[in-house]
Amino acid sequence: MNIRRILIANRGEIAVRIIRTCKRLGIETVLAASDADLGSLAARMAGAVVRIGPARPAESYLSIDAIILAALEGKADAIHPGYGFLSENAQLAIRCREAGLIFIGPTEAQLDGIGDKLKARGHAVEAGLPVVPGGSIEMGADPAVLAETIGWPILVKAVGGGGGRGMKQVHDPSKLHETVELAVAEAAASFGDSRVYLERYVASGRHVEVQILGDGETVVHLGTRDCSVQRRYQKLVEEAPAPGLSAELRSAMHAAAVNFGRHMRYRGLGTIEFLVDCRTDEFFFLEMNARIQVEHPVTEAITGLDLVAEQIAVAEGRPLGLRQEDVTFTGHSIECRINAEDWDQDFRPSPGTAARVLFPAGDGIRVDSHMEAGASVPPFYDSMVAKLIVHAPDRTQAVERMAQALDVCRIDGLTINTAMHKALMADVEFKAGGVDTAFFPRFMQQR
Amino acid sequence: MSLSNDDVQEILRLLEGSFHDELHLETKSFKLALRRAGGASGIWSQETTTLGAANLLNLGSGNASLPAAPPGAGAASPSPQAALAPGLAAIRPPLIGTFYRAAKPGAPPFVEEGSTVTPDTVVGIIETMKLMNPVLAQTSGTVVEIHAQNGELVEAQRVLMVVKKEPA
Repeated sequence: MNIRRILIANRGEIAVRIIRTCKRLGIETVLAASDADLGSLAARMAGAVVRIGPARPAESYLSIDAIILAALEGKADAIHPGYGFLSENAQLAIRCREAGLIFIGPTEAQLDGIGDKLKARGHAVEAGLPVVPGGSIEMGADPAVLAETIGWPILVKAVGGGGGRGMKQVHDPSKLHETVELAVAEAAASFGDSRVYLERYVASGRHVEVQILGDGETVVHLGTRDCSVQRRYQKLVEEAPAPGLSAELRSAMHAAAVNFGRHMRYRGLGTIEFLVDCRTDEFFFLEMNARIQVEHPVTEAITGLDLVAEQIAVAEGRPLGLRQEDVTFTGHSIECRINAEDWDQDFRPSPGTAARVLFPAGDGIRVDSHMEAGASVPPFYDSMVAKLIVHAPDRTQAVERMAQALDVCRIDGLTINTAMHKALMADVEFKAGGVDTAFFPRFMQQR
Repeated sequence: MSLSNDDVQEILRLLEGSFHDELHLETKSFKLALRRAGGASGIWSQETTTLGAANLLNLGSGNASLPAAPPGAGAASPSPQAALAPGLAAIRPPLIGTFYRAAKPGAPPFVEEGSTVTPDTVVGIIETMKLMNPVLAQTSGTVVEIHAQNGELVEAQRVLMVVKKEPA
């Protein structure tokens, strides 16, 4: 069926991003907004706004009741959850079905099979993907026995975790028991699921992911992205395609991602995350993200596709409009996450109000943001205020273009991290391409 | 509606070939200023203002049942500038955020009135933009007043607690 009106259950730049595509497609928009966001750019752009509760996420953007009610009151026929918040929540998908609403995302069973990291690992094994050595701790079993078969060092991971949350490293075997106990307690408190599992901790690897798109039958890949520049598992710079992979490795990763999608009969937009060991040309399945991602614009840049429009088409029940051979890749794209934080003061967050906002514009430059003069950055949500995306014929030119674009980026009234990105674009290792996840801490130490 | 990136690119293509360095465009829905950023890089700065107000749907049933916004600052809280009596010290948060008195819901508070603290004692947590920062006592003594509620949004200069300093 055709979607006529979409409730956007999110905020910030992604809400603005989704509204833009809806307007282009002639779809009406209703924004679900908390008290902190009633005057936001997205609220002023949306066809209508429904207040969903106080600023605190638990009482607004994370409240399934409030979101479903907003969709019904706003007479929407579908919900786009964006990323974060309830985007991968199977319960929201179930409640949508019960209320006669379309959930723009994968099926309930897929959300369940992907959100549970142990089940996802099992699916990956069934689909023939390589996984990092590891396994679940059976009831009453000694984790030390499992750790010995996996090999040290060990990562204790929460089944309900993800996005860098709920992970603990163990380097000293004598610390294993207490770490597992602590992880179980924290997992129960944070995720409502006390299950944890063990994996070998790979200290030096690259984070490379493959974007896939499926309609439940056909699955295509939209190439790789490299997200290795991270601080405490939070991505700072992303690029597409991932630089410096051999042609064999790249196509093996593409094939693995498509195999995983086919095995799941995946419907929607999703990302398969891999850990790549470049010394051995090996890659391992890490997890899947069953939503649109922050870094999707770099894929849009090199493929020319509008991924939000693709999500909506699949949610309408249409078969994929493109075959694998229709997907072509042009040039290189880089995204810098502009965050309201002070990199000189241990990345201290900088909430506040923007007095003046200047963004770069020009060939190959795109800025996704909800910031304009007068916009506030409330302390309740994350610190990302803009995404600066460049697209150029090759990586060297893209890095250069990004450095020039960063010079123009200015938000008076907030401390933002453009100087950090400028330093990254000038870094010899980054310029060479293909850094691993240990790069950023090293970069900070060498300043 | 505001301009899309494609709209801006199209305007820039026209401007690039011109000898103009600045463009101001105003319609009833947006204001746009484009300025050449210098050099031959073809990069411009853009400053956008989206005009108009949000169309807030006034819904009876749904909105009324929503929880009300949390109460503001406690009435008895001393003003940030108020001088404390000699021998007393104020504990303030390191930055604006949501104040928590315990490590997690249901856990006992870090401190109560009467608790003894040292400079490194954690007396609470401030959550700012999804990051948790400890609030330290920064002085030695006894907690005599607690002004901030659990879960309350506190400004950076707000007095959270008052400590009776240990005689030196």
